[in-house]
Amino acid sequence: MKIAVCIKQVVARDWQVRPNEARTWVRDGDADFEMNEPDAYALEAALRLREAHGGEVVVVSAGPARVTQVLREALARGADRALHVESDALAQADAFVVADALLAAIGPEQADLVLTGLQSDDQGFGQTGVILAERLGVPHATIIMEVQVAGATLRVKRELEGGWFQWLEMPLPALLTIQSGINQLRYATLKGIMAARKKEIRSVAAPVSQPAQHVTGLRAPDKQKQTRMIAGTPAEAAGELLRALREDARVVAS
Amino acid sequence: MILVVAEHHGGQMHRATWEALAAGQALGLPISVVLAGHDVEALASQLAEAAVTQVLVASDPALANYTADVYVTALATVIPSAAPTLVLAAHTYQARDFMPMLASRLQRPMVPDCVALARDGDGVRFTRPMFQARLLADVQPAGPAPHLATLQIGAVRADSLQRGGAPAEVVAQAVAVSSSDVRQQPDAPFQEARQAVDLGAAERIVSVGRGIKGPEHLALVQELADALGAELAASRPICDNGWLPMDRQIGSSGQTVAPKLYLALGISGAIQHVVGIKGARTIVAINKDPDAPIFEIADYGITADLFEIVPALIAALKKP
Ligand SMILES: Cc1cc2nc3c(=O)[nH]c(=O)nc-3n(C[C@H](O)[C@H](O)[C@H](O)COP(=O)(O)OP(=O)(O)OC[C@H]3O[C@@H](n4cnc5c(N)ncnc54)[C@H](O)[C@@H]3O)c2cc1C
Ligand SMILES: Nc1ncnc2c1ncn2[C@@H]1O[C@H](COP(=O)(O)O)[C@@H](O)[C@H]1O
Repeated sequence: MKIAVCIKQVVARDWQVRPNEARTWVRDGDADFEMNEPDAYALEAALRLREAHGGEVVVVSAGPARVTQVLREALARGADRALHVESDALAQADAFVVADALLAAIGPEQADLVLTGLQSDDQGFGQTGVILAERLGVPHATIIMEVQVAGATLRVKRELEGGWFQWLEMPLPALLTIQSGINQLRYATLKGIMAARKKEIRSVAAPVSQPAQHVTGLRAPDKQKQTRMIAGTPAEAAGELLRALREDARVVAS
Repeated sequence: MILVVAEHHGGQMHRATWEALAAGQALGLPISVVLAGHDVEALASQLAEAAVTQVLVASDPALANYTADVYVTALATVIPSAAPTLVLAAHTYQARDFMPMLASRLQRPMVPDCVALARDGDGVRFTRPMFQARLLADVQPAGPAPHLATLQIGAVRADSLQRGGAPAEVVAQAVAVSSSDVRQQPDAPFQEARQAVDLGAAERIVSVGRGIKGPEHLALVQELADALGAELAASRPICDNGWLPMDRQIGSSGQTVAPKLYLALGISGAIQHVVGIKGARTIVAINKDPDAPIFEIADYGITADLFEIVPALIAALKKP
């Protein structure tokens, strides 16, 4: 079974995001980057399917040269080879443009299964996988918490709202968007890191596509509620918070 | 014209559909609603009570159970003839599943998870969170209408919905769905075994997020919870990592709680987390990032390292 996994590189979670001059993106010139979290779970799901059914795991990322870092990391965790759709513009592109870029790499692969994360930590569209499925002409299911393969049939558990779930069946080839927590992640071993050096990262030309939307003003959100910020040393802040919770809010017993 | 896509489960409207309708009405443009399903007359008359021009009903036995394929097939038939400028749905799990496919099929842009919609000349300006809600973006879709968008749950209050003077016209839509259009076969939805802990009744909750760094630090927050007479809860990544059981998770895919006190330690305040605590009376946030979104909804906040504040709180609580 050939499985393609889409992996996005995003600014690190603890990086202070600040809008750029044009207010269209963040100042990320000297940012730290990491693998989008749900994509790490998608990769793990693919590695487990390969262990159970054999085959190959191909990881794919669209973006500037720096995204080879997450591809290298995925190879170190056990992916077999990588495709890099390379273009600086893809760093800030919308889901339609990115889906076209991923299609250029994944289309010719004729994968049995394509996995993406359910959502990216930076843009947060939650769209790229579903659009890619439509462009590949394969069925999809979103927010997946379990994957079973029997022959050419896929059985998956979809997370619904409020603690509900649902099983769905569909034929392969198909695309799934994976929810965080579907499995427990493995990390790269030293052996994996050494092996990854010999694995292939092939560059794929980015197609030209028209943006579907533009960010015209990026800014910090307004506060909805009057938050009382408490300052001071840890002991002072703790003391004042406790006093306020006891005497003002009356939610802690004295 | 704005076309709102209604969502329903088990004969009930999804409450977020009323929010999407209210948001559409607030734009002051003509508004209609489309309902896809089978045997949905009762729902259609509920929708017709809102101040809308028309309720378009796509009814077919094939639409009895939701799948992305069947919804997209039906809606891709209805939308071109209705010719809306905006197709709006609530940003539910179901909308996440079919709206991007519909957008792709119609070859139109889609702006997801909007927190605000505003008139902007002839068009609509969309505002949505980016970077885990640490920033907000105004977004302009490109190309000709219709544009598609989804509205974040809770962004607009359903009680601002305007009712109509007389019921709106209900118009049947012809949709031909053949079995080859539908590739997914769904089983009935189910709930996992009942939760072992019911946090819904807890008066006080101490909740930890990724700021806790590792499971070895949970004993410290448990000590604080004990001293406060509180239950321990967590954000999703803590449960994903297996550091606490799933039934301690708060949020859209966890429990919804309404305690007197909710103390959030090292939690950033993602929408999927905070929807679970909308009913809390007093929210306290302790976070080392002064820009963390959790401070937007907190009553009290301390910008600090939780590993300094928590021991100080425990000490203060133990003082006679
Ligand atoms: C469909 C869907 C469903 C979801 N369902 C849920 C759900 O039910 N519940 C849920 O919680 N999430 C849910 N999520 C995930 C959600 O989007 C967030 O990713 C998650 O809530 C983030 O958890 P967090 O705040 O613990 O982690 P982070 O976002 O990583 O935040 C950690 C915070 O800790 C702070 N911090 C770090 N170190 C310290 C320190 N020493 N002292 C003080 N502060 C510190 C940081 O400044 C940061 O603000 C869902 C996501 C999706 C897409
Ligand atoms: N530039 C990219 N390169 C590779 N995969 C991506 C890229 N952008 C998005 N994806 C995939 O699509 C998923 C959803 O992203 P989004 O639609 O931006 O929320 C991510 O979790 C990734 O798996």
